[in-house]
Amino acid sequence: MIPLHWYLILAAVLFLIGVLGFFLKRNIITLLLSVEIMLNAVNLTFVAFSSQHGLISGQIFVFFVLVVAAAEAAVGLALVIAMFRNRESLNVDRSNLLKW
Amino acid sequence: MIQILFFLFAALAVGAAINVLAQKHVLYSSLALIVMLTAVSALFILLQAEFLAVINVIVYAGAIMVLFVFVIMLLNLPADPAGEDGSDRLRWLKLIGIPLGIFLLLMVGATVWNVSNSTNATQMTGTAQAIGQSLFTDYLLPFELTSLLILIALMGAVVFAKKDL
Repeated sequence: MIPLHWYLILAAVLFLIGVLGFFLKRNIITLLLSVEIMLNAVNLTFVAFSSQHGLISGQIFVFFVLVVAAAEAAVGLALVIAMFRNRESLNVDRSNLLKW
Repeated sequence: MIQILFFLFAALAVGAAINVLAQKHVLYSSLALIVMLTAVSALFILLQAEFLAVINVIVYAGAIMVLFVFVIMLLNLPADPAGEDGSDRLRWLKLIGIPLGIFLLLMVGATVWNVSNSTNATQMTGTAQAIGQSLFTDYLLPFELTSLLILIALMGAVVFAKKDL
C-alpha cells in the first residue's frame, strides 16, 4: 500500500509544473495545456483522499471537474480561434488592446 | 510491486508534464500532455478508481486533446519563434519564479508529510456502479446542472468561433 503523502507530493509537483508553465510561457495554447495539467493534479489529490477515506464523494468531484474542464477547453479553444483570426498571433503579450 | 508501478507512472507523469513545457511546437506539447494523462489514469487504477481512469482516458485523451490537436492543425501554426519566448523580462521571471516555485513545493511537501496516514478499514473501489449510484441519488441536481453548463459552453464555443463576430 502506498502512503497518502506520496500521492499528495506528486500532485503538488504536477500542480507546480502547471503553474510555472502558466506564468512562464507566452503561447496561449500552452497556457490552456498548463491549466489542464493543474486540473489533473487536483484530480489526483481528490482520488487519493477518496481512496484513503473510503468515500466515493471525492471521485464524484473528479467527475464534475472533468465536465467543467471539457466546457473550459471548448470555450477556450473557440476564443483562441477568434484571437488568432484577429491578431494573427497566439502570443498573449500581443493582445494588449485594453492596455494603452 | 505496487511501489514500482507507482514510481514508474509518477516519473512518467512528471517527465511528460515537463516535456509539455519544454517542447517548441504546441502540437508536440499536446501529445506530451496525452502521455501525462495516461500516466495519471494508471495512477487512478492504482488507487482503485477504475471508472475515473477509463473516463480520464476517454474524455481527456480522447475528446479534449483531440479538440486541441484539431485547433492547432486548423490554425496551421509555425514553430515558436526563438525570440518571442525568451525576452529579457521573461528571463528575469524565470530566474525568480522557478526558485520561488521550488520553495512553494518544499512548503507544501513539509505540510503534506505530516498528514496522518490512518488507513480506513473499508476498502472502496470506484466502479461504475458505485459512482453511478452516488451520482443519481445524492448528486442528482449537480449532475443535471452540468448538462446545462455543457449546453451553454457549446453555444458559447459556436458563437465565439463564428467568422463574422
